[in-house]
Amino acid sequence: MNLTLRIWRQQGPQDKGRMVSYQVTDVSPDMSFLEMLDVLNERLILEGEEPVAFDHDCREGICGACSMVINGTPHGPQKMTTTCQLHMRTFSDGDTIDIEPWRAKAFPVIKDLVVNRGAFDKIIQAGGYISAPTGSAPEAHATPVPKADADAAFEAAECIGCGACVAACPNGSAMLFTAAKITHLGLMPQGQPERDSRVLDMVAAHDEAGFGGCTNAGECTPACPKGIPLATIGRLNRDFLAASRKRSGETATAG
Amino acid sequence: MTASPIRSTVGKKILMAVTGILLVLFLVLHMVGNLKIFFGAESFDHYAHWLRSIGNPLLPETWFLWIQRAVLTFAVLGHIWAATALALRARAARPVRYAHRGKVQGSYAARTMRWGGVIILLFVIYHILDLTTGHLNPVGDKAHPYGNVVADFAPDRWYVTLFYTLAVVSVGFHLRHGLYSALRTLGQQTKHGERRARAFALGFAVVLCAGYLSVPFAVLTGLVG
Repeated sequence: MNLTLRIWRQQGPQDKGRMVSYQVTDVSPDMSFLEMLDVLNERLILEGEEPVAFDHDCREGICGACSMVINGTPHGPQKMTTTCQLHMRTFSDGDTIDIEPWRAKAFPVIKDLVVNRGAFDKIIQAGGYISAPTGSAPEAHATPVPKADADAAFEAAECIGCGACVAACPNGSAMLFTAAKITHLGLMPQGQPERDSRVLDMVAAHDEAGFGGCTNAGECTPACPKGIPLATIGRLNRDFLAASRKRSGETATAG
Repeated sequence: MTASPIRSTVGKKILMAVTGILLVLFLVLHMVGNLKIFFGAESFDHYAHWLRSIGNPLLPETWFLWIQRAVLTFAVLGHIWAATALALRARAARPVRYAHRGKVQGSYAARTMRWGGVIILLFVIYHILDLTTGHLNPVGDKAHPYGNVVADFAPDRWYVTLFYTLAVVSVGFHLRHGLYSALRTLGQQTKHGERRARAFALGFAVVLCAGYLSVPFAVLTGLVG
């Protein structure tokens, strides 16, 4: 396969950046998208040019590092698939492919396709945890969990924190990411003690990081490589309402 | 330290949902009132005059109407304030736009909420000047609203009917996403419920559009005259 790539090149955070065209020839349809970029980079290095910087780690679809918007869609055209698991057979010979970084104020570009996703860490640090006694592992059946809750929690826990939801959202909102963690921990008995403070603090950290607000536009779930359901955002909203009501009652009694 | 919930993006969304539902309830009553036109001029005019005397004798003439107008105005202002704040925030959240814009995966109704809302606001201003104050109505006789409506949608004033149709369809699109979004914001949280909420929003929007459009088209086709 012969392809034309138009890739966002940006030397650093201060650089304005631009789309640059590259020709890649003899691409095997069995290559992954990242292997195709590796081939391009090897050639660029041999030619003495700066290779295209992009994030990658596990290359098996579970780490969430490979962040790029391919033809306007985060992780490319194949549903429920990360960029590293996307194969070139999805494209046709002669295609022009546009590759851009995640676009969000909260995810500043470090170089080319690499963005700083530290804002997600700030959201998690604000409440995406449980307080548990450490030591030896507890007996697995000590705390029963209803099967339906366990399934829904596990579905939400599949989030790999890649940021595709932010990249896809017309508002640049990270509500699906935040809601996935709220849902995951809120459905578990271990998550109950911090349930109210978690939702208030995580939403505050989300807004503080400069993400936009959710308007239920529904662009995030189709872009999510793990298919985190939109319903998680409903759970976040419900927890937020309940926690706000309780907190306003507390401040009223505390005077 | 507790920040007021309204300062957060989720809090603003809750304000939009609550004010939106208030406005939708008004739209339902307004539509039912409009349909009185099919029972003749006397029935329609009687209904219009009754609106001025709701609450009598406890409330003096037109007091109820002004209370209702005040509540609706607050709802509209709250809705617009939250929408504007969220829209500005969304704009700031993506300072560099995509060179290649992907196709819409959600609904077009969701993508047109903001400009659709602006169209609806402009329509409401025109609508009040037309059929409430009568300034832009060819007759503008407050005592006989039936005559005002019939004159408004006369066949030679087809452009008025066209604008009404566009505005009502905009309301339909706005509600198709808005109702679903409001339910989700107020805590609808299951996948099964999501399908029901979407179906309800679509059905509600279609029925409301049909109800509102039946009046101008009945006048246009001579069914009411």
